[in-house]
Amino acid sequence: MTDEQKKEEQKPASPEAAKPAAVAAKPPAKPAGPAPEPLDNEQVRRLRARFAATIGEATLDRKQAIVVVARERLRDICQYLRDEEKFDFLTDLTAVDWYDRSPRFHVVLNLYSFARNERLRLKVPVADSCPSVSGLWSTANWLERECFDMFGIVFEGHPSLKRILLPDEWKGHPLRKDYDILKQDTDWVRENLGIESGQ
Amino acid sequence: MAQPQDISTTVLGADEIILNMGPQHPATHGVLRVKLKLDGEKVIGSECIIGYLHRGVEKIGENRSYPQFAPYVDRTDYVAAVSNGLGYCEAVERLLGVEAPPRARWVRTILTELQRIASHLLWLGTHALDIGAITPVFYTFREREEILKIFEKYCGARLTTHAFRIGGLQYETYDGFEEDVKKFCRDFEEKVDEYGELLTENRIWVERTRNVGILTAQDAIDLGVTGPVLRGSGVRWDIRKAFPYAAYAQFEFDIPIGERGDTYDRYLVRMEEMRQARRIILQAVDSIPEGPILARVGKVIKPPPGEVYHSIEAPKGELGYYIVSDGTIQPYRLRIRPPSFINLEAFDKMVRGHLVADVVAIIGTLDIVLGEVDR
Amino acid sequence: MTLLLETLKPYLLPLIRVLVVFLGISLIVAYLVYAERKILAHLQVRLGPMRVGPHGLLQPIADGLKLLLKEDIMPAGADKGVFLLAPVISVIAAFTAFSLIPFAPNFYITDVNVGLLFLIGISSLGILGIILGGWASNSHYPLLGALRSTAQLVSYEVALGFALVSALLLAGTLSMVAIVEAQQRQGVWFVFLQPVAFFILFVAAIAETNRNPFDLPEAESELVAGFHTEYSGFRFSLYFLAEYAAMILVSSIAVTLFLGGWLRPFARVRALDFLDFTPVAVLVLAAAWCFRECFRYPATREWRWQRLLLLGLGVGALGISAGLLLPARFLPGGGEGLPAFPALTAIQGVFWFMSKVFLFLFGFIWFRGTFPRYRFDQLMSLGWHFMIPVAIANVIFCSLAIVLSRQMGWGLPATLWLGTAATLLVAALLRREKA
Repeated sequence: MTDEQKKEEQKPASPEAAKPAAVAAKPPAKPAGPAPEPLDNEQVRRLRARFAATIGEATLDRKQAIVVVARERLRDICQYLRDEEKFDFLTDLTAVDWYDRSPRFHVVLNLYSFARNERLRLKVPVADSCPSVSGLWSTANWLERECFDMFGIVFEGHPSLKRILLPDEWKGHPLRKDYDILKQDTDWVRENLGIESGQ
Repeated sequence: MAQPQDISTTVLGADEIILNMGPQHPATHGVLRVKLKLDGEKVIGSECIIGYLHRGVEKIGENRSYPQFAPYVDRTDYVAAVSNGLGYCEAVERLLGVEAPPRARWVRTILTELQRIASHLLWLGTHALDIGAITPVFYTFREREEILKIFEKYCGARLTTHAFRIGGLQYETYDGFEEDVKKFCRDFEEKVDEYGELLTENRIWVERTRNVGILTAQDAIDLGVTGPVLRGSGVRWDIRKAFPYAAYAQFEFDIPIGERGDTYDRYLVRMEEMRQARRIILQAVDSIPEGPILARVGKVIKPPPGEVYHSIEAPKGELGYYIVSDGTIQPYRLRIRPPSFINLEAFDKMVRGHLVADVVAIIGTLDIVLGEVDR
Repeated sequence: MTLLLETLKPYLLPLIRVLVVFLGISLIVAYLVYAERKILAHLQVRLGPMRVGPHGLLQPIADGLKLLLKEDIMPAGADKGVFLLAPVISVIAAFTAFSLIPFAPNFYITDVNVGLLFLIGISSLGILGIILGGWASNSHYPLLGALRSTAQLVSYEVALGFALVSALLLAGTLSMVAIVEAQQRQGVWFVFLQPVAFFILFVAAIAETNRNPFDLPEAESELVAGFHTEYSGFRFSLYFLAEYAAMILVSSIAVTLFLGGWLRPFARVRALDFLDFTPVAVLVLAAAWCFRECFRYPATREWRWQRLLLLGLGVGALGISAGLLLPARFLPGGGEGLPAFPALTAIQGVFWFMSKVFLFLFGFIWFRGTFPRYRFDQLMSLGWHFMIPVAIANVIFCSLAIVLSRQMGWGLPATLWLGTAATLLVAALLRREKA
């Protein structure tokens, strides 16, 4: 177990670790910018104690707590955070496309606790699929659909994972970095709107 | 947990019909399309179809520099552009690690609260119109016009104002700004009571909104709704108090909440919010500090790598900006947490078992703006 | 030739009256729409129509022309015959009913001894047009509107019927003319003897004509336009015409039954005889307004037609008022046996009747500007749980009162008020029970 834990911790941490170096290498910005720093508080320790290997790096960026977790036990971790740590409110769920990294995406969950008035951000590195948390928070239903629509991340266990903002037949996922801003599903546009592609 | 069923694929019973509301319908507030499964006039299932106004704002955000993108946020919730601007500017400021000077924060607070009143006025008028009271909309637009005039005098635009700038304000206030704001507040006090006289005690209004679209506190939290919809369900939570931004920590105001979580409670909450907004404005306008209006942010805005989630209490609910910077002049990822989109998700839960007439009341009480739902 | 004239004579006068009533009602409907727009506008801090003619006075004509010139669209899959017929039914029903309304003692198309019964029957036919139109459109919104309309009519027709019965108890006749005459004889409008019945009639009338707060069959914000969503152009205007004609009709029925029809207020108080000159006063005031507006418009070329129109209207109003004051002795034969001002006397009835009707119509418009809309189930609950029981209680208590006053020789008004008090008690109990 401990070996695995180390491995799991290393993997998602490596791209993160590159960041502070980048800050240092950057030419001195006009206002000295804030930089992420490691986070090690009670809560993170409890999480590590309970979920061991699946909890990755924890950082504090702009005074905001960020914890990287592995996708395997995401649902358990969320359940634990919701029920025992009282992070009962899923503020937001979205994704970031790090197209040159592996795994490619970060699914980002913004949790909030009414009882403690605290926010916690979970980052889940995923390749192309992620367990759905819509069973824990109903609000995740549409957010995951949007995430699927925009990034093509498949949420396993989602009750009806289909596109939400774009037409059902649309091809491509626009918020991926390899989807150019001028690109569109020209076939769909020609067929359904009766106009030639372009502006 | 009841997941919304996909009504397009379910088999219809003998007395059931599918009614399609929108995207062109007088009461769907834009291009919302709702498919209702009806038994007689009773709603037994619903499905919201959105995206008719999708413009890819988040994608545009990744391809514009930070200041270039600021006008785009005005066009998400286009009836509360000032609030959007405040959220975006503060998020970028936090990413940069700078803070706007006090004078800027005070003026921002005043303008944002004015915008809250304007947004709530628009909601009140259209909500009443949906329920069949055709007169209040003209009264509320009369007052909203006064607010828009102040915006116009301040920054030249009425609707998509782009009033703020990363690091502070775009413009110094004009001569007579304080007087205009005070005059509006003076007049507004009795005006808001006047709307109350038309509706609050009106028997038909009460019957139409009481026990319609009930959302318990637990459901509200589960569904992630924010703003007046959450407070109407009895959760006393407001980002202005929880994570004070701009200059809100300096002022006294109350957070109204409802008891039952029905449409009438949400109506009362928003009415009281207008009064509280007026209270904040009056406190702020009397204590605007002197000083610069813009922090030193440099000509090229280039935040250090990292990420930030910053949210404000927009008129519709929690408006959050999650920005990931890779150290360039463009955001690597810019996510807008749209309150309307997430509040609309509660629609299915609220509308089940109600009549068609309640559907429009519930759409009205959610106070959605399709520009923000679809982005 | 003389023979032909003699043969036609029994038909000629009614025909002229039919034409006058039909054209008059059409004109009133057109200007009722204008009045509604103007009154609503002023309730809502705006001006209303101002462009076509001075103060938008020609707006109804422009609207009518626009509707006539619009394309007549029929939805695919509509039941063609029924779709075409439905609005016609509504219009015919609304206009036929006017044949029984006594506008003045000397001006009505016909009077039959079962007048009121016939009126209720024919006005209920109008709803058939709505149901058929909603069904034939082959569309969901009109269908829901038609269903709502049916349910609404069925529930409120009952309350309406009982309210009418309360008035009939006092009049003792179904003939519309005789009802007014009974009020004249008894020296009191029935509204003062039967306030509850009047109130119920008023509310039921609003529901019957699908007006706010009971405008569910149309319910713009819910059902788009309800039963006439799919209608356009001329056919839409027929529905429009029928709806407004129905408004005037129910107001006329209420005025005839409860507000003394063509009778002047305080008809028997000789000291108030100067009220007979009110039509002249109104015309002179209208003329004065026209002249004032005429001089307020800028004296430029582009305003010429507007000013001319106003001037013409003012002069016309003055002329008519002068004509009304034509004394009898200038008439051929020295006006033997005629009242002092024959013209004025002749129009008295119509004037007072229409004034009262407009009072009602103003109420309709005022409600529209004030109230939100009831929900379907609330409307039904109000009808069945409140209006109908109260109407029945009113009929029972008032019949009792009438019997008592005859048997015991008590004064009729006092006994009836006692009955009304009992009805109000029932109403209060019903409200308590609901809360």
